[in-house]
Amino acid sequence: MFKCKTSAEVGGMGHSVKRKEDARFLHGKGNYVDDYKLPGQLHMVMVRSPYAYAKIKNINKEKALAIDGVLAVITGEDLAQYNLHWMPTLLSDTQMVLPTDTVMHQSQEVCAVIATDRYVAVDGAEAVEVDYEPMQAIVDPFKALDDDAPLLRPDKEGQEDNQIYHWERGDRAKTDEVIAKADVVVKERIYLPRIHVASIETCGCNASYDKDTQKLTVYLTTQAPHAIRTVVALVAGHVGLSEEKIRIISPDIGGGFGGKVPVYPAYVVAIAATFLIGKPVKWIEDRSENLVNGFARDYHMDCELAATKDGKIQAFKVSTLADHGYTDSSANPSKYPTGMFSICTGSYDYEHAFAELDAVYTNKAPGGVAYRCSFRVTEAVHAIERMVDKLAAEIDKDPALLRFENFIKKDQFPYESPLGWSYDSGDYKATLEKAMEMIGYDDYKKEQAEKRAQGKLMGIGICTFTEVVGAGPSKDFDILGIAMFDSAEIRVHPTGKALARFGTKSQGQGHETTYAQILAEELGIPYTDIEIDEGDTDTAPYGLGTYASRSTPTAGAAAAIAARKLRDKGKKIAAHLLEVSEEDIEWEVGKYSVKGAPEKSKTIQDVAFAAYTNIPPGMEPGFEATHYYDPPNLTFPNGAYICVVEVEEETGAIDVKRFVAIDDCGNIINPMIVEGQVHGGLTQGIAPAMYEGIEYDDEGNVLNGTLMDYLVPTAVESPHWETGHTITPSPHHPLGAKGVAESPTVGAPPAIANAIIDALAPLGIKHLDIPITPAKVWEAIQAHK
Amino acid sequence: MAKHEVTMTINGQSVTAEVDSRLLLVHFIRENLELTGTHIGCDTSNCGACTILLNGQSIKSCTYLTVRADGADITTIEGLAPEGTNHPLQQAFHDQHGLHCGFCTPGMILRSVDLLKNNPNPTEKEIRWGISGNLCRCTGYNNIVKSVQQAAKEMAKEKETSV
Repeated sequence: MFKCKTSAEVGGMGHSVKRKEDARFLHGKGNYVDDYKLPGQLHMVMVRSPYAYAKIKNINKEKALAIDGVLAVITGEDLAQYNLHWMPTLLSDTQMVLPTDTVMHQSQEVCAVIATDRYVAVDGAEAVEVDYEPMQAIVDPFKALDDDAPLLRPDKEGQEDNQIYHWERGDRAKTDEVIAKADVVVKERIYLPRIHVASIETCGCNASYDKDTQKLTVYLTTQAPHAIRTVVALVAGHVGLSEEKIRIISPDIGGGFGGKVPVYPAYVVAIAATFLIGKPVKWIEDRSENLVNGFARDYHMDCELAATKDGKIQAFKVSTLADHGYTDSSANPSKYPTGMFSICTGSYDYEHAFAELDAVYTNKAPGGVAYRCSFRVTEAVHAIERMVDKLAAEIDKDPALLRFENFIKKDQFPYESPLGWSYDSGDYKATLEKAMEMIGYDDYKKEQAEKRAQGKLMGIGICTFTEVVGAGPSKDFDILGIAMFDSAEIRVHPTGKALARFGTKSQGQGHETTYAQILAEELGIPYTDIEIDEGDTDTAPYGLGTYASRSTPTAGAAAAIAARKLRDKGKKIAAHLLEVSEEDIEWEVGKYSVKGAPEKSKTIQDVAFAAYTNIPPGMEPGFEATHYYDPPNLTFPNGAYICVVEVEEETGAIDVKRFVAIDDCGNIINPMIVEGQVHGGLTQGIAPAMYEGIEYDDEGNVLNGTLMDYLVPTAVESPHWETGHTITPSPHHPLGAKGVAESPTVGAPPAIANAIIDALAPLGIKHLDIPITPAKVWEAIQAHK
Repeated sequence: MAKHEVTMTINGQSVTAEVDSRLLLVHFIRENLELTGTHIGCDTSNCGACTILLNGQSIKSCTYLTVRADGADITTIEGLAPEGTNHPLQQAFHDQHGLHCGFCTPGMILRSVDLLKNNPNPTEKEIRWGISGNLCRCTGYNNIVKSVQQAAKEMAKEKETSV
């Protein structure tokens, strides 16, 4: 286990210190975007399409403009005058800001109403008359590829059908050959449904342009403020918005989960509106707008897993159809259109794999956000973990034993995966053993046998996943060309207190505490003496933001290295103060002392004071350091999750009896926060496994666009989570850390699905797609009677 | 739009204002009184981010008209404890890491105040059902349950010493 090097007062790594950011939230003093009210504040409300696919014949603004307090109605035609009616997506597709002639999905933004009051803006939106000519929407992604399917994106030059791209990785011929000759091949079409992050704070902005200073300030619900600033400068540079005059402020964020990475059309309209009007324009999304726009997952995966008759895995093949809606706005690194989906070979050692994917346009909302997952890792892990269980069932082998026999072994790291990743570290066997011991696996196996003999349905499900997080390395990873490094800037003040700023942005992860702990670990300055600041592009160093579990792997590493630069400078200062040569100085956390004479020492605070007051001759004054960290590799957090369920045959009701999650995220900065992150991710894992999924009818209407019928788990649906850890430090990260917050979202759904399907196995049920609801279970039971 | 004069007590202070018939209480609190600790997370009374105490009872202020609150005694998160101090629930949420992003926290705490008033010693199951009208997307609820349990204990102790 990890041994703390610092006292609890200093609060370096490994201490469960309480969070520094809590006080303002507990007293209602957090500052979220909607809490900012600016002088002359105007409000914006979007008019949205009731149709999934329609021509816009006319927009009549008159009745809206006649309402007292309505100042403007902005349409696509208005924006077209400034060439602002289209914008690039993060994957270099194109998305309408506002349409000039066609709407492509239900709830698409049609025009914007600006008013002096939020209620009046809503009145205005109701009064806008839009004349639509509805067309037959393409809802089924498989039908989008039919020869007679209408071309959804004729606006795109060279686009002849509804396929966006084809992607593949691995050796198709060899994989097919191994599968053809294998003793056992299990096959399944697995669907991961379209879901929504549903952060409790929706998206929004408050954009304010000062015509005198030509400065644009935008309070924005964004996980990546710097990247957004650059995107705004690139997209709107031609109208005179220059990057040094753009300030993006990401204040307190009420949950992000990937949904606050993209640029949404209303942000652009609000910016355009304030630019034209010269008064601040606020747009706050309502819940239905939130749930119906932006999405995650929506992958249809045809999987084949080949093995010997004893269960030695030989090859994995997966062919995916991805429904992207009307534009590909996936928030992925540009060289990775399918994100890190090629991690789909999992935690197992075999040679042959092939993955391919076809992405298609349909008349649905765009999105493709990396929902608490490092770009499509959730889809990948679900595919392999369901298939491994299916193989176990096929050859009648214990799924734990099957996993042990196929795991990549501890001494095989760094491990080159068949699809090209270099796994950094792990001890999969130890992690699964710990999970089995903690839950009492063998006892549950016995109980299950007894229950089955009585005709009762009980299931045990395992998931042993490997993630790939922490992008860049910048040579491979970029967003719209911007390399995915991250940054830390530390200023130690003369009195030994510090301010540190980062290019990332917490949305609840606790950065104000954990970054301070990293600096406490490296410098010995108590974490309570270190102020952490993020999210304001005028003050923070450039970085790519917080998503894909990248804050600790990138900015956390930057903090450690910047601190080490300070430590090196401090050594020179200490030598000067103690009148010895630098070689004679040794460091223990917080203190420089003379080798062999430990009573002669200077604290880090003494040294910081001297950096401003008693500077060694020839040395640059001050005690500040900055580092931009470009990781040499990604990190590979992993874990073993086990779930026990009981299913009631008469009703299909599912009772999650136990859930144990053992995570290996390398060295841990704050165990309390890591555990909290795991709890939260697990609930966001049970959500798609059992409750959530955005549903459409044949016309492209969303059937569950409110929290009345989109079932975000409450405390009742969420089980009591049991957690634990194994630690194999990342060999290339300066702190040995790996990132953790997305592991549970990735690992929980297959563990739960495997448990429920295991419970139903005696009835002959071999697979169910998530969300596995009681109704779905009941129907399956009836079909197998 | 018809205007109505309303008077109510908010966090111990009397407030009189003229409001539109349709003004929702949550907007009155957030926009007119600038008490932004009460949040809006949905439009359908599902998420509970807007929970306040009205005459001691937790209600969702996003579906409550301001005119209906005429004469009421209201507590928002800003008024739960004297400035610079913590109510036992605020302290417990801090101690037990019962919050991440903080957006649901004010509503969750005020709902729990009402829960503990009516059931000072709830079981885990009673806590889970008791807060099931408030959604949290970050914590997975484990630590919120622990927070309410800690506060229940602390409040029982306080009650004992005050008797």
